[in-house]
Amino acid sequence: MSKAVTLALIESRRVPRSLHPVAWWLWALGLATAVSRTTNPVLLILVLAVLGFVITQRRTEAPWARAFKYYLATALVVIAIRVVFRSIFSSAITPEDHILFRLPRIPTPHWYSGVQIGGPVSLEATLSAAADGLRLGTLLCCIGAANALANPKRALRVLPGALYELGVAVVVSLSVAPQLVESVQRVRRARRLRAGKAKGLRVLRSIVIPVLEDALERSLRLAAAMDSRGYGRVGRATASNRRITAGLMLAGMLGLCAGAYGLLDGTAPRYLGLPAIVAGAALCCTGLALGSRRITRSSYRPDPWLAPEWAVAACGVLSAVLLFVSAGYSAADLNPSFYPLRWPTLPVVPTLAILVAALPGIAAPPVLRPRRVEAKA
Amino acid sequence: MIVFDHVSVTYSDADHPVLQDVNLQIPEGELCLLMGRTGSGKSTLLGAINGLVPHFTGGTLAGRVVVDGRDTATNPPREFADLIGVVMQDPTAGFVTDTVEEELAYGMEQLAVPADVMRKRVEEILDLLGLAELRDRPLYELSGGQQQRVAIGSVLTTHPKVLVLDEPTSALDPTAAEEVLATITRLVHDLGLTVILAEHRLERVVQYADRILYLAGDGSVRDDAPAEILATSAVAPPVVELGRLAGWQPLPLSVRDARRAAEPLRTELADRPVPPQRPPLTTLHADEPLLAARTILVRYGDLVAVRNVDVSLAAGQVTALMGRNGSGKSSLLWALQGSGARQGGTLRAGSAGLDTADVSAAKARSLVGLVPQTPADLLYLDTVQDELDQADAESSGVTDSSAPSARDLLDRLAPGIPDEVHPRDLSEGQRLALVLAIQLRAAPPVVLLDEPTRGLDYPGKQALTAILDDLAAEGRAIVVSTHDVEFVATAADRVIVMAQGEIVADGPTANVITASPAFSPQVAKILAPLPYLTVAQVAQARPPGQRR
Repeated sequence: MSKAVTLALIESRRVPRSLHPVAWWLWALGLATAVSRTTNPVLLILVLAVLGFVITQRRTEAPWARAFKYYLATALVVIAIRVVFRSIFSSAITPEDHILFRLPRIPTPHWYSGVQIGGPVSLEATLSAAADGLRLGTLLCCIGAANALANPKRALRVLPGALYELGVAVVVSLSVAPQLVESVQRVRRARRLRAGKAKGLRVLRSIVIPVLEDALERSLRLAAAMDSRGYGRVGRATASNRRITAGLMLAGMLGLCAGAYGLLDGTAPRYLGLPAIVAGAALCCTGLALGSRRITRSSYRPDPWLAPEWAVAACGVLSAVLLFVSAGYSAADLNPSFYPLRWPTLPVVPTLAILVAALPGIAAPPVLRPRRVEAKA
Repeated sequence: MIVFDHVSVTYSDADHPVLQDVNLQIPEGELCLLMGRTGSGKSTLLGAINGLVPHFTGGTLAGRVVVDGRDTATNPPREFADLIGVVMQDPTAGFVTDTVEEELAYGMEQLAVPADVMRKRVEEILDLLGLAELRDRPLYELSGGQQQRVAIGSVLTTHPKVLVLDEPTSALDPTAAEEVLATITRLVHDLGLTVILAEHRLERVVQYADRILYLAGDGSVRDDAPAEILATSAVAPPVVELGRLAGWQPLPLSVRDARRAAEPLRTELADRPVPPQRPPLTTLHADEPLLAARTILVRYGDLVAVRNVDVSLAAGQVTALMGRNGSGKSSLLWALQGSGARQGGTLRAGSAGLDTADVSAAKARSLVGLVPQTPADLLYLDTVQDELDQADAESSGVTDSSAPSARDLLDRLAPGIPDEVHPRDLSEGQRLALVLAIQLRAAPPVVLLDEPTRGLDYPGKQALTAILDDLAAEGRAIVVSTHDVEFVATAADRVIVMAQGEIVADGPTANVITASPAFSPQVAKILAPLPYLTVAQVAQARPPGQRR
């Protein structure tokens, strides 16, 4: 029996279900952290290939699952912008550089002499700008992959109780947007019935006012419905409880931001990294726990956290860790210089680390295909 | 179960109360029907039960409303979520999530029902309401009847003792409405729920009610057995009107009871000539149609909304367009007007035989006028006067100067609407009249109305019938799309039935609507095989001495 057939057999015997959204997010964020360490275009393209593989293996047919191509397009735009800016605001050119073309130089006043506009554009500068853009674009694609693989609404349900209102607001606005579009189309069509000769602002008024009235009425009815269905039933919240929660969350978020900056920027002082992140996380957790105490709510069919979830999350985290410890390879391989011009190398350990992140394409359970029911009559 | 103790409700900008000194005791397990004209306070009474009035709407509530021992004065609506389920007129307005299963679970999540109990209850409700096949479908893909059933299911999962329904069937076609009402009556019998139901189309529900709350319009509420209330009320379904006319005692409320009582009436009418259902058409020239359309095709991508439809409309004729939700009625009307999508077919309108899709919007509207399903879409100014002036300005140059002004038209359609009122503050019927007046200002020979009867009570529908008769008598061709078979029986000369974008029946009202039981008016069901459709016909057939 060939290997492919064996794999297909294993695949067919596993029970399809949707993976816990947090597992996908941990995996994607781990990979994103790994990406942030390198500008090696070969490694970055390998990451994109890994993302593509996992997505084709494990995405559903839901609308959000088709969003990945938009992230790819955005990544291309990011690279383009990076290259164009580097070409316009050109930096110093060394004699060995390969000049591609010269842009007309715009003289800058003496107090602005730090920046040159125009001038020669070298191949080396363009390539390193492209590699830099590629890193940013790949980071974006990691987030895009998480969005494509994890149901965003189920992800919001995982939010701790204190952030529940935020989640509801997002879900409601997601469902209101298409209604608003429908409303605009209806009113625009109706406008032709009156054949108004109005121009400019009056046209806007004849569309905006009925649409806004419609939207306002709809949201009032929705609010009334949510109220009568028990939304926001009070637990044991007091005003001081809410204030303490908000304070803790704010401080925690600041700590997390400072910590993330310290951890990712190699030049930042040591104490800013890990300690700040740990303190921030602790503050946030305390705030959330305190805030969640006032909520009395349960969750329908919560996603389980089983072995596949551990495996998927671990793959992402492992990639990140392997690219951080810089053991078994030199840090220069991660950020190859284009001065002088040469091919970037493919260091073994980082390559393996990134390939590990492709395992969820097999480790995650197969997706649940909805039974096709005939469309609405 | 529900106690109203000297309840009065006054809204902040009103000078007199909507409800005045209302005292009610509704025991457990009753199906209680709320009846009254538009604006008589039905929604206020319903809202007061779970405290949405006044906690959410504002205004002042004097007295006490107590449900199962809980007072609405001290508890906001959300604290009643485990006790009272509220279903509104438009189910889509109340949906918080986007799939059937999650919507059913939403209320329970708010009440912190444990996950395993939730799972079990969702399965039970899916079976109870026949929704199991639809469990993971997005809510917006469902039909109107299915959406309304999901809305009912989503409040049932919290096991409430009281169900409050505000016109749950008003947007539904007859079959879907039957489906929803059957569900409600079954719940009353199976689960012993107390149900308070407001409904305009009484003919559908009056037979199921244990008692009726009648809102007279002056703030008072009469609470009595259905037969007692209906013997004298201003609004009554055709079966009751026929019973009153024939003097049947006790007053029958269902077609079944009426048919048993109608034996002598049928014998009496058998050898009398049947009066016409509608006055004979005086201006009809069928060979010179005002609008002739052939092989009309409307499609949205893969979905064919209207498939090769031929229609010709003659002057002086009122045509009713019927068919279930999504059968292509609206698409056809919009295509005929020229503003909607149309992929194929030919159309000739007016004396010049112009195609409404080829001419300017202003010209098209002087050939064919359309009042859309949501008339408010056409209104965007602050006062009725501004809207009317705008309509006059829009029509200058299209119609000659002798044409009546928009104000004259409005006064004919609905007299006494003041100039300075905001169009939003008008009643449903008044707003319809305003939009109709705006559209008639362009003097179109063909007038199309898309579901104008939605939200109109019996007197509102009578007024609309009179308006349509007037317009037809002036030599216009009228098309009305509607689900309301009783309205069709009194107002339409001709009926077109559509299904899946095709015309499946087209002919005189009497022939088409008696052909199938679902589309039959009550009088026809009671007096079959005699070809009577309306109470007015019966009254006309009996000699004056026998009338009461």
